Amino acid sequence: MTAAHDTKQKWGRGVINGIAGAAMLYLFAPIIVIVVFSFNNPKGKFNIVWRGFTLKNWAHPFSQPELTDALVVSLKVAFISTVIATLLGTCIALALSRYKFKGSGAVNLFLVLPLTSPEVVLGSSLATLFLSRGVSFGIVTVIIAHVMFQVSFVAVTLRARIRGFDWSLEQAAMDLGASPGRAFWKVTFPLILPGILAAALLSFALSIDDFIITFFNAGSLVTFPLQIFGASRVAIPAQINVLATMLLMGSITIMVGALIINSRRNRLNNGSEAKG
Amino acid sequence: MVLLAVGVVALAAEWVTGGLATGLIAVLIVSVVAIIWIAIMGGLEARRALAPYGLLKPGILWLSLFFLAPLWSMFEMSLSSKKSRFDFFPKFTWDWSNYTKALTDYAPQFGRSFLYASIATILTLLIGYPLAYAIAFRGGKYRTMLLGLVAVPFFTSYLIRTLAWQNLLADAGPVVSIMKTLRLENILEWLHIMDNGRLINTPAAVIGGLTYNFLPFMILPIYVSLEKIDVRLVDASMDLYTTASGAFRRVVLPLSMPGIFAGSLLVFIPAAGDFVNAKFLGSPETTMIGSSIQDQFLVQLNYPLAAAMSFVLMAVITVSVLIYARFMGTEDLA
Repeated sequence: MTAAHDTKQKWGRGVINGIAGAAMLYLFAPIIVIVVFSFNNPKGKFNIVWRGFTLKNWAHPFSQPELTDALVVSLKVAFISTVIATLLGTCIALALSRYKFKGSGAVNLFLVLPLTSPEVVLGSSLATLFLSRGVSFGIVTVIIAHVMFQVSFVAVTLRARIRGFDWSLEQAAMDLGASPGRAFWKVTFPLILPGILAAALLSFALSIDDFIITFFNAGSLVTFPLQIFGASRVAIPAQINVLATMLLMGSITIMVGALIINSRRNRLNNGSEAKG
Repeated sequence: MVLLAVGVVALAAEWVTGGLATGLIAVLIVSVVAIIWIAIMGGLEARRALAPYGLLKPGILWLSLFFLAPLWSMFEMSLSSKKSRFDFFPKFTWDWSNYTKALTDYAPQFGRSFLYASIATILTLLIGYPLAYAIAFRGGKYRTMLLGLVAVPFFTSYLIRTLAWQNLLADAGPVVSIMKTLRLENILEWLHIMDNGRLINTPAAVIGGLTYNFLPFMILPIYVSLEKIDVRLVDASMDLYTTASGAFRRVVLPLSMPGIFAGSLLVFIPAAGDFVNAKFLGSPETTMIGSSIQDQFLVQLNYPLAAAMSFVLMAVITVSVLIYARFMGTEDLA
């Protein structure tokens, strides 16, 4: 290759890395704002202009009772709906990847549909059903709505995760005398558990963050996003930024923890393979 | 399986009433009990044959009840009207006027929604592709960490992120003042990005917010398809004397098409129905169809019109996705 060619390639590389770096900055700009403004000392009700550094928001993160209550409601909804959705979604993913059966294509399409419909449509249509059947809105309708989109999400992501799973392991366990149930719980389940947990965590995050579908089906129930939306017209207290930063730190900790456990397990696996 | 799902929808939508409904419920219960019975008592072969249906049943029933049945009742609602002003709840009357009203009165909102969503999709592709490419091919052993870093901003609340853009784009905010020190205002005004020295409450701010909020849905699928590419294919094409850009055009880009396809659907669909960005970053002149549906449904309580608008939104999205799929030459949605 010629020298001119080489420099041209280097240029290309520089441009791509430059765009990638700028894109990263773009991704983090609002996050920096959220964290920095959690230390702001706003005058008036809106935390929009920088007025000086203070720690008082962090000293009293739960001083806004409506905000804290809404966060508790959101956590409750997310916990219940994630448990139900993970159970249902895992069953679907297992059925789709473990067995060949008639109609699996239709089931696949059916699963993707809720994920590719706009949230306004999902939210308003479910609310129409509840309205015309006289169901009163509240925590139950919100949980039903969340499970609806989480089931699809868990099933689709988990199916992608266990696509390459070696089902002959289960057969081997049964050849060694394990009952089908025992083979599943002792061999298959531990191996797909990380995938199930990852899907559950992500769908938990989807539930906590959902605004549009919840907005249609909540009635008088106030979740964290609904509280922020309602408050944003009247007042934006700095505590919102504090709670957001806390949520962020919490999820980063969980993610880094998962990464560390994963890499340690990989190293252990590689080590034992090397020895064997 | 399909019959059972149809049965559930029929029950929920009240196609069948009275004796038929009781019969249908009985059939449902009997079939569920039968599957459980075979699963416990049956031989291995019978069990194996029925296992997938048993596993699918609860989830599929949930989706039939709370995804399919609602679509039906919304369709019914979109053809309903109130007989008199004192009826609280509209009645089904084959009233197509909701659709004509949705299409004529809300044409600008529909137009804006699809225009903004299309621009946002193109922008996420332009920003997301190089980033996914850099992580996949230059990330080395930091690939997982970099990918995690991309996901970090999306662990905060969607609304708070959008509110943070309000801070960033505010009149006295950092972006405006940087643009002013760089003397870029005139160019931005000329490009219609800025409006009289303001960034907030402009169409550009709404599109920027949409681009930001849906960017990871573009990056992740593209990354997944890039990561699968065997680097030796690129080397082979270079050995056969193509240039670096030729190798990209003829090897890498075609192989990453499934990612681009999935990513653009995952950005375009939610962006077209979004109303948060328009509400926080826009002005009354930039409202999108999502906010009109929400307004008709939750504020005006005009359910039939909101339902008709939702249906038109879904129909247009479905048609454009099908055209796009034909154009991209793929039918694999998942």
